[in-house]
Amino acid sequence: MKTFKIGGIHPEENKLASSKAIEMLEIPQKVCIPVTQHLGTPSTLVVEKGAFVKVGQLIAKSDAFICANVHSSVSGKVSKIETVTDTSGYKKTSVIIDVEGDEWESSIDRSSVVKKEIILSKEEIVAKIKDMGIVGLGGATFPTHVKLMVPQGKKAEVLIINGVECEPYLTSDHRVMLEKGAEMLVGITILMKGLGVEKAMIGIENNKSDAIQYLQSIASDFKGIEVHALKVKYPQGAEKQLIKALINREVPAGKLPIEVGCVVSNAGTAFAVYEAIQKNKPLFERVVTITGKSVKNPSNFMVRIGTSVNELIEKAGGLPEDTGKIISGGPMMGKALNSLETPVVKGTSGILIMTKKESKRVEIQNCIRCGKCITVCPMGLEPYLLAQVAENTNYEAAEKERIMDCIECGSCHYKCPSGRPLLDYLRIGKNKVGQNIRNRANN
Amino acid sequence: MSLLTVSGSPHVHGDQSLKKIMWGVVLAMIPAMLVSFWYFGLPAIIITLTAVISCLIFEYLIQKYLLKEKTSITDGSAVITGVLLAFNVPSSLPLWQMVIGALVAIGIAKMSYGGLGKNPFNPALVGRVFLLISFPVDMTLWPLPKPIWSLVDAVTGPTSLGILKEGIGKGDTISQLASELPSLQNLFIGGVGGSLGEVSAAAIILGGLYMIFKKIISWHIPVSFIATVAIFTGIMWQVNPEHYINPMFHLLAGGLILGAIFMATDMVTSPMTYKGMILYGIGCGVLTVLIRLWGSYPEGVSFAILIMNAVVPLINKGFKPKRFGEVVK
Repeated sequence: MKTFKIGGIHPEENKLASSKAIEMLEIPQKVCIPVTQHLGTPSTLVVEKGAFVKVGQLIAKSDAFICANVHSSVSGKVSKIETVTDTSGYKKTSVIIDVEGDEWESSIDRSSVVKKEIILSKEEIVAKIKDMGIVGLGGATFPTHVKLMVPQGKKAEVLIINGVECEPYLTSDHRVMLEKGAEMLVGITILMKGLGVEKAMIGIENNKSDAIQYLQSIASDFKGIEVHALKVKYPQGAEKQLIKALINREVPAGKLPIEVGCVVSNAGTAFAVYEAIQKNKPLFERVVTITGKSVKNPSNFMVRIGTSVNELIEKAGGLPEDTGKIISGGPMMGKALNSLETPVVKGTSGILIMTKKESKRVEIQNCIRCGKCITVCPMGLEPYLLAQVAENTNYEAAEKERIMDCIECGSCHYKCPSGRPLLDYLRIGKNKVGQNIRNRANN
Repeated sequence: MSLLTVSGSPHVHGDQSLKKIMWGVVLAMIPAMLVSFWYFGLPAIIITLTAVISCLIFEYLIQKYLLKEKTSITDGSAVITGVLLAFNVPSSLPLWQMVIGALVAIGIAKMSYGGLGKNPFNPALVGRVFLLISFPVDMTLWPLPKPIWSLVDAVTGPTSLGILKEGIGKGDTISQLASELPSLQNLFIGGVGGSLGEVSAAAIILGGLYMIFKKIISWHIPVSFIATVAIFTGIMWQVNPEHYINPMFHLLAGGLILGAIFMATDMVTSPMTYKGMILYGIGCGVLTVLIRLWGSYPEGVSFAILIMNAVVPLINKGFKPKRFGEVVK
């Protein structure tokens, strides 16, 4: 079975919510929508305090290239505009809306009929994806329309759809593929047209055999879409590793997938694209997994953007007594939250609750030079060495040893028998080396 | 509402730990240890206990009173050094010499560099070589094993490699020496003269397979080390079978298997990438054969490993893993 070649680990899967169908989460009484929820130029607010907004109404936009619009997820009155810490850990201007009813923009098609026929042209598709605020839902939140605009001199050959979901616990993409498979395949066809390619490959890890079988059975109705089963190995969902696994090409260091003729998009994003193009529905809700060993009912909810994490936890059976950590995302790359009031944003794929015991890090001991970090690094780096030079503030050496290639998957940190916080040091090193590189570019 | 922990990812940790690795090595050494107890009797048990206990005590005292840091004798690494040190000496070694060996191994070779993970040379080997140079007579008189429990002093004699070295030195041919040398079968199963850990290749290989299965060590160092010795001595045997003994004898006699499986694979003092490990194994093999065939010592495994230990930082620098997406210039 296909997989990537260098490194990788296999943490406990713990896909507790994999058999739970997607449920609609009740609309909360109040939502808090950060104005910027993507990677790139920040958006600017277009509504004022006191205004009444409908579901799907534009509330923030920007004319910059790498940018994404934001739409209201509820109908109601803008009660406040303030800065709130979102799941990324940064403070961001946010719109607080007091919910009144559930009044949708009239242009949105709310029927559940699968609309297969694509009428828009390539250019119209790209423009509409931008209008509807579609970003990568895997977590990186890079604006999708930018990926579809291939730079001069490069050529896209294949669209790769990421249905790997290699993070333990998370099941949102799995459920989307199972329950919204047909819609997702239409979405993939739209993306193929927007990108101008004839071929798309969906990569799914073999622990989701039901999704693989289902998609394979319906993919024959769509031209040029292949479904591939992949061996279960973390971090296969990282785009460079996924490309390597599927078509055996290596994206050169510091370059984008388009360098090897690929564009990678997430399974959930393909579904969002379908809704945006065929149903005129902006991206204002998404599937979020709420899970954890201590959670009473691990579930997959369709959640309006801006709903607080607390609402999800309550619906899943309440906050367990001995909660030590709440993580936005999976246990390998997710971010620990500092408040239950944090809103769900476009990039929130899951909320993971960990007990006090699970939240404790293991004791740090001396490095015994066992080399396990090197063995598991999917980028072929030497994490022990990078951590060591970063700790000694020798950033020149860190750059030379290619610290910027690190994808922060955490495999080294996970595997280290001495419990050394390798990724913490690597992040510090990457930050400083990045600064040095930018300073050099500016001078 | 209680406070939430906020820390960087990853938020889960694998099930391997330093303690598990170290105690796993100790477990892997038990078959060889039991075989040595079987053949050498009570003196073997006493010398093993002396080595382990002195290593633990020295590590504890140095950490507590000299370095004034948290003591870590329960991590198992000092136990490994103790057992390996005992594996490397004859059971007839005076106990006070064993204690000095332990002090050199733990005090000089390990703690003076900063403790676990920081020592460039394998502590047990440094201890052994120190003893060999300081007390050459006691270190090279090996009690012949008697497969029964016995409190009577054992008969002592030279090792098979020693007999070979002396005989060849005198100008004897291999066929003339054949009657004095043990059979290959005995070398494999056990029951030939030698240090505690050298008596049975089978028991050591068993431990090695366990460590490979548990992913404590990888196959690269033992295989490249042993294969190099086999190929090198095989070539010499082809050249002149009356002057150079067959490669199987070289593999099974002396400390090669013990060294290749338990000493050369020490994580701290061996290279970190697979390519580097193979080069290191080849280096150990070549040096071992050079010393055995043309050096003044009958056995060269410990010297070979120690010399290669010194080269490890260089190997780590020269053999980087293959980077993902490396641009070929």
